[in-house]
Amino acid sequence: MTDTYAVEARDAVKEFGQGAGAVRALDTVSVAIRQGEFFTLLGPSGCGKTTLLRLIAGFDSPTSGTILLDGQDITDLPPNRRPVNTVFQSYALFPHLSVAENIGFGLEMLGRPKAEVEQRTAEMLALVKLEAMAGRKTAQLSGGQQQRVALARALAPKPKVLLLDEPLSALDLKLRKEMQGELKRLQLETGITFVFVTHDQEEALTMSDRIGVMSGGRILQIGSPREIYARPTNRFVADFIGETNFIPARIRGGAAHLAGGVELKIGQSRADGAATLAVRPEHLRLVPQGMAGALSATVSHSVYFGTDSHVHLKLLDGTELVARQQTDPDGAGEPKPGAVVGISFAPGAVQVLED
Amino acid sequence: MANKAFSVSRLPGFSTMALLVFAALYLPILMLVLYSFNSGKSVAVWEGFTLDWYARAWANQQVKEVTVRSLVIASCASVVATVAATMAALGTTRRKAFKGQTFIYVMINQPLMVPEIVTAVALLIFFASIKVATGYQGLGYLIAAHSAFCIPFAYLPIRARLEGMDLTLETAAADLYASPWQTFRRVTLPLLAPGMIAGLMLAFVTSLDDVVITVFVKSAGQDTLPTYMLGQIRRQVTSEVNAISTVLLVLTVVLLTAFFFLTRKKD
Amino acid sequence: MSTSENRQNTRAARNAWLLSTPALVILTLAATGPLMIMFVYSFLTPGKYGNVEWQFSTDAWRGILFTRDIFDNTLKLADAHLTIFWRSVKLSILTTIFTFIVGFPTAWFIAMRPPASRALWLFLITIPFWTNLLIRTFAINQIIRNEGLLNTVLIKAGLIETPINIIYTDTAVFIGMTYVYLPLMVLPLFAAIDRFDLRLLEAGYDLYASRWQVLRRIILPIVRPGIVAGSILVFIPSLGAYVTPRILGGGRQMMIGNFIDLQFGQGRNWPLGASLSVLLLVIVALTLLVYVRVTAPEKTDG
Repeated sequence: MTDTYAVEARDAVKEFGQGAGAVRALDTVSVAIRQGEFFTLLGPSGCGKTTLLRLIAGFDSPTSGTILLDGQDITDLPPNRRPVNTVFQSYALFPHLSVAENIGFGLEMLGRPKAEVEQRTAEMLALVKLEAMAGRKTAQLSGGQQQRVALARALAPKPKVLLLDEPLSALDLKLRKEMQGELKRLQLETGITFVFVTHDQEEALTMSDRIGVMSGGRILQIGSPREIYARPTNRFVADFIGETNFIPARIRGGAAHLAGGVELKIGQSRADGAATLAVRPEHLRLVPQGMAGALSATVSHSVYFGTDSHVHLKLLDGTELVARQQTDPDGAGEPKPGAVVGISFAPGAVQVLED
Repeated sequence: MANKAFSVSRLPGFSTMALLVFAALYLPILMLVLYSFNSGKSVAVWEGFTLDWYARAWANQQVKEVTVRSLVIASCASVVATVAATMAALGTTRRKAFKGQTFIYVMINQPLMVPEIVTAVALLIFFASIKVATGYQGLGYLIAAHSAFCIPFAYLPIRARLEGMDLTLETAAADLYASPWQTFRRVTLPLLAPGMIAGLMLAFVTSLDDVVITVFVKSAGQDTLPTYMLGQIRRQVTSEVNAISTVLLVLTVVLLTAFFFLTRKKD
Repeated sequence: MSTSENRQNTRAARNAWLLSTPALVILTLAATGPLMIMFVYSFLTPGKYGNVEWQFSTDAWRGILFTRDIFDNTLKLADAHLTIFWRSVKLSILTTIFTFIVGFPTAWFIAMRPPASRALWLFLITIPFWTNLLIRTFAINQIIRNEGLLNTVLIKAGLIETPINIIYTDTAVFIGMTYVYLPLMVLPLFAAIDRFDLRLLEAGYDLYASRWQVLRRIILPIVRPGIVAGSILVFIPSLGAYVTPRILGGGRQMMIGNFIDLQFGQGRNWPLGASLSVLLLVIVALTLLVYVRVTAPEKTDG
């Protein structure tokens, strides 16, 4: 069992349209999702994350490649024969059925005895705390309640994998926060593998065990939230998640050489040549000019955000950087525009990007 | 007028014209209804209230006979048309363009484009040969002809309903282990039902109202209510026709009101 | 494109055809097929007691415009036929224009009602639309006939002494067709106006346009597809009208529809009736073609 993943996509390609006009929505994607994991596919709209989810659910079939569930090839299995359930972005609750009928639908289709359907429905209603709403029509529910019904409906047949397609995007901020916690709780309680699709980086960072960042039909990086944030391997990931400063550098002999003769030790082993360094704004420190190992920069302006302020800086070679600083009560320590300052980096804060 | 606020949507005289149009649309119909209760034969002079014309129409054996015939034809034709239109709508909507799609659309909507008199004449010619060849003179011809021109009327609301339907609902059903047939029975059909009822009603009204095609297709002694009324009007025997018209009018309004509530979008 | 996807597409197209088959069979048997047979009949010879003799002849097509002189067997222009064609076209165009003139303000009025009452006004237009055409024509008949409401009121008021004879004239047919086909003009006009963005009017007034200029330069061009659709919907049934001219025009003020009817009754000339029907069909097809040509560029714009 150690070798089987809950879900696996191998070299999955999905093209829409034919011939020269074909659009490649997924470009040779391979990903392996572990048993019981909360896995998030994160990326901007049109990156292919929903397409990948639909291939796993069986709503679309891949142009080439295979989809595996528990090590079994399910590529040619129709959706109604896959032990995988989906929470749809629009919820897709059946308007002609009651809340309880919606939740029991899957088990009923599987031909389970009536008593079992009823018992499981009651369990699910309790799980999502909607016992009082069992007989209501779904149109009478609030957005948050509809969301819970959709979840309960998808969980009721005890799927091997639960797919969630931007399920929180229709909710307002407060409700969204609440449901994030709720989702995490349900995942831990049920132990079911969750594959979650979102474009919201904060959602991805707070909820996931692992994240796959997607762009242009490819998965660019897979890792834990901490790895993705602290150790982005390429420019897109660094830029899409959080804010990042990019500094051009040359790699020589295991160190990065920056303009102005500054040399930085890097943790990664890299071939010599041109490279881009990524540093988060909160990892830039403003120090007095001329300090050893510090870059020289001119302050352009700073923007006040309350808890911190963003200091916009310009290096000698014209590279623009932003440093995030905690604010003082009286603003005394804030650098004035035109001032020349030094910049030093927190240890391990500098990440060399692959491209 | 001077102190009236400027309104961009107001165009001078438009409201007056519109209200006159509504008055002109309803005055003749209301007069028809009113004078169906007139004890005199005049359509312009009120001589007192009576239900006599309704009683006479009710007692008239011929009226009974043509009414039953109309209802039989309309029921058969509207059911046939609705079933055929539902299948066609399921076949033609919500899918990628396919070869012959335009042909099917044109065929289905053909009765809306070809003048009734032309279809009527064509059917007269065609059915005349068949009547001679087979000897069959029954209602089948009328039911077939009515079914054909009712199809587009049944098709339109069903298609509209299908197009407005959320495709993810069927995807969700498939996701929840429903087979294609179960998905159709348990999700598509219940959601489509209001459109089908609406289509059935429009087809029924359309069949019930038809004059031209029926006049040309019917065999001897197969008058329907409208062709019977046409004959009475031409013979200027109209007081009973007033009463029958009023009943038909009420029936139309009732059916339309039901249709109105069935197709109304819920927000 | 994978083979499984190709297979899916082929299957989808086959399902579309299979599901449409019952409708197509009914329509072929009881609508489109007979039209083809009618075309064949237009090239046959009339039978003595109606129906046809299976003998090829183009007489029916010549008979649309010419009659054969009984004495010297020469062809002469058939004035009576031309009068009927001219009346049909004239009355249909007049009906179309007049329904637009009164229908446009009506559609505008409905579209500008607040949402709550708009549905009700629209419903009020829909009721006559779905009311039996025969009943509506009959209702008009009751109003305009010599002993009808109109004349009775005018005489009682002392405005006239003898009834104005409207019934069984072209005017009666025109009034009747305007009355029965008006909803067909109002409904598409309403649909077009309903989509119209009122902020465009504010922009128009902001740029110094008068009410008339706003109507001429902004509203009418933008709702043009609705105007074209409404005109087509009124023009086509007017041209093929049968019931209205029969009830309001009597036996004399015939339109093409009644003329065709005549060939299958007293006229006993089925081929001529068939050729006239084909001609009417061609005119309708051409009108629809113009409609498609006129509205097609609009679609690509929007």
